[in-house]
Amino acid sequence: MKKTGKVRRRRFLKAAVVAAVAGPTIACQRASSPWRFLTVEEARTLEAVCGRIIPADQDPGAPGAGVVDFIDRQLTGFHRRHQQSYRDGLAGLDQAATALHGKRFADLPAKQQDAVLAAMEKNQAPGAAWKQLPARQFFDLVVSHTMQGYYGDPRHGGNRDAVSWTMLGVPASPIRGRAKYDLTKT
Amino acid sequence: MSLPKVNAVIVGAGAGGGIVAKELAEAGLRVVVLERGKWYTPFDCRKDSLRNQRTTALGNAFGPDDERHPRVLVDAQGRERILRASEGGYQNNAACVGGGTLSYGAMAWRFMEKDFRMRSTYGAPEGSSLEDWPISYDDLEPYYEKAEWEIGVSGDDSNNVFRAPRRKPLPMPPASPNREYEILKPAAKRLGLHPFDIPMLRNTVPYGGRPACMRCRWCVGFACEVDAKCGTQNTVVPKALATKNCELRTECTAKEILTDDRGRVRGVAYFDSDDRLREQSADLVVVSCAAIESARLLLNSKSRLFPTGLGNRYDWVGRNLQGHTYTGAVGLFEQETYDDLGPGAQIAICDYNHGNPGLRGGGLLCNEFIRLPYQFVAVRPPGAARWGAAHKEFMRKWYRRSMATHGPIQEMPVFTARVQVDPVVKDHWGIPVARLSGDKHPHSLELAAFLAGRAEAWLKEAGAIETWKRIPGPGLSGGQHQAGTCRMGNDPKISVVDKYCRVHDFDNLYVIDGSVHVTNGGFNPVLTIMAIAYYASDHLKKQWKGRA
Ligand SMILES: Cc1cc2nc3c(=O)[nH]c(=O)nc-3n(C[C@H](O)[C@H](O)[C@H](O)COP(=O)(O)OP(=O)(O)OC[C@H]3O[C@@H](n4cnc5c(N)ncnc54)[C@H](O)[C@@H]3O)c2cc1C
Ligand code: SF4
Repeated sequence: MKKTGKVRRRRFLKAAVVAAVAGPTIACQRASSPWRFLTVEEARTLEAVCGRIIPADQDPGAPGAGVVDFIDRQLTGFHRRHQQSYRDGLAGLDQAATALHGKRFADLPAKQQDAVLAAMEKNQAPGAAWKQLPARQFFDLVVSHTMQGYYGDPRHGGNRDAVSWTMLGVPASPIRGRAKYDLTKT
Repeated sequence: MSLPKVNAVIVGAGAGGGIVAKELAEAGLRVVVLERGKWYTPFDCRKDSLRNQRTTALGNAFGPDDERHPRVLVDAQGRERILRASEGGYQNNAACVGGGTLSYGAMAWRFMEKDFRMRSTYGAPEGSSLEDWPISYDDLEPYYEKAEWEIGVSGDDSNNVFRAPRRKPLPMPPASPNREYEILKPAAKRLGLHPFDIPMLRNTVPYGGRPACMRCRWCVGFACEVDAKCGTQNTVVPKALATKNCELRTECTAKEILTDDRGRVRGVAYFDSDDRLREQSADLVVVSCAAIESARLLLNSKSRLFPTGLGNRYDWVGRNLQGHTYTGAVGLFEQETYDDLGPGAQIAICDYNHGNPGLRGGGLLCNEFIRLPYQFVAVRPPGAARWGAAHKEFMRKWYRRSMATHGPIQEMPVFTARVQVDPVVKDHWGIPVARLSGDKHPHSLELAAFLAGRAEAWLKEAGAIETWKRIPGPGLSGGQHQAGTCRMGNDPKISVVDKYCRVHDFDNLYVIDGSVHVTNGGFNPVLTIMAIAYYASDHLKKQWKGRA
């Protein structure tokens, strides 16, 4: 019979040791490349997309809430299997933006960005990328991950400082489970 | 080599299995419980809105894990998909000590008398294998009471004029009303309905050595941080262990039930937490893996004498998979409806469980559990923007000004809605996985449309300024309320177990969980599963004594 509490604590200690040893190296890597999976260019495109899915107004939008960080983290974690979709989809999106409006997605004004996304949603975006991965499917994927990052738990990198919960007027509770420092759980 | 023989092996430490373990161990039998999941404690109750048992965007919090437990789903067009455990369509409940009861919403419904006599009350519609149960509400009544008092139920159904007779009231009072309750109660009364406090397997006062609920936001889908939610993992399982007659082996996955040359059950083969294949011999075996996995285990237990699996002589194992078609409506309000008082669901009506003109059965209606911000993303009127400024504005404006009422439809069982074992796909241990196929009966959808209309009318009467219905599609049911795959019946040709949950053809093999339900009521099923577990254990104990 195993009680997981014990196992978890043991694993936690191990994780803490590894983190302490690995700390400087990780910091080093981050200086040269700030993302775990995304390239700098991809992150720029993704940030612009998320910024239209949940735009900033009186409350922070998805980029301000750390949604790109959330997605990047999950692409090396639970959403690992979507890596190729992001690689192909973000490139395809920039191609579609260029074909429709002459510039990469992040360089377009908001209105034209929305038009590109609307074309994606209707599965009408131009480009070869969408033969393998339908535009609508990629758009749905990014919308759902953006929602997860914006409204989900801050522990995953998104919803920074619980901005979305503050926006909705739900107080952060003082107790949200005592195992919140357990790093071994995704 | 076989491990030293015990009296009983119980496979699955969920709602059904946990109770059987305690009953048999207290009666003096040597019991081994095999549970494929882990034992979580209140210390593991991390409240993660993306990773719990209800919202699985980042995985199932309480199992099974995505890596080791695939299933195959066959859709209406015959297309096959291999599913991960956290994916929609997988029809998951849970994998841990307590099974679904660790993280459930904890509604504690007794079925009504007619729910055991659906065929004789309404007649079977074409395309449905609707049948009466071989037992009645009266047979189960004392065991419903036992479940309510031993596991612990709060609430007050005395205003439910439709309820079946009970001898004893519930052991704990209802929680104090939240705002939704205050708004919905007078509205129901104005409509001539009969609202009452939902019975819940949740402490509202200290009970069973555990404290009262502190009304948090994260209840359904989560474990309770103060251990106020009553499941088998914090009631009967510890009691079973305290007898010293019971050993619980976690992270142990049953592979097959073993039989001898004469066709008697002799034990269980399983993989232990280090993936070693073990054999546990026993005088009797109880299968309590929940409807899908129990059917899978019986079907995977093939041998020369039983080439199609155990209990499957007439091809009934895995048939009639059912769950609940959840249906309802959402309303937007001018006033604030949100008060952050968990668990949220508190008020119900049973006015539409039976007697709906032209329809067979029906379902309860109640208000929803708290909708966490991420869950509210999916809540919007048809055609409303799902992204952009309009989406954000909708969230901001309505999150605290909305309510949902909904309920589970009593489904018409369908013979072709079924669990098989897949001929190709295997799990981590090389065991053939469950292969799910079939659809809901059209009558279930008709009922769903009707009940959604009633849910909407209730919200309108409560002052909603905009409402819309939420009616599910025709796809297979199962999931958290899975039932029906090892039907209980007197005739071995059209059922799998007898009225005491004993598998026909065997004197020492039992299925005791949601699988045995002939029909699944217009209610969440767990209290009925618990009552049946107590009832069947009583019979088992008597048989055992007779033998000794
Ligand atoms: C989020 C959530 C909310 C719910 N809310 C409610 C509610 O409000 N009211 C209600 O009535 N019901 C509710 N339910 C449903 C309820 O939990 C189930 O009806 C009930 O737990 C089913 O009981 P069972 O004994 O059939 O199976 P389970 O409780 O699922 O137990 C089966 C156990 O068997 C184990 N097992 C399976 N296969 C194997 C194997 N091969 N070897 C070893 N072990 C195995 C599983 O891991 C599991 O622990 C909810 C469920 C969930 C997940
Ligand atoms: S609402 Fe109550 S029972 Fe549910 S998790 Fe919170 S404290 Fe526990």
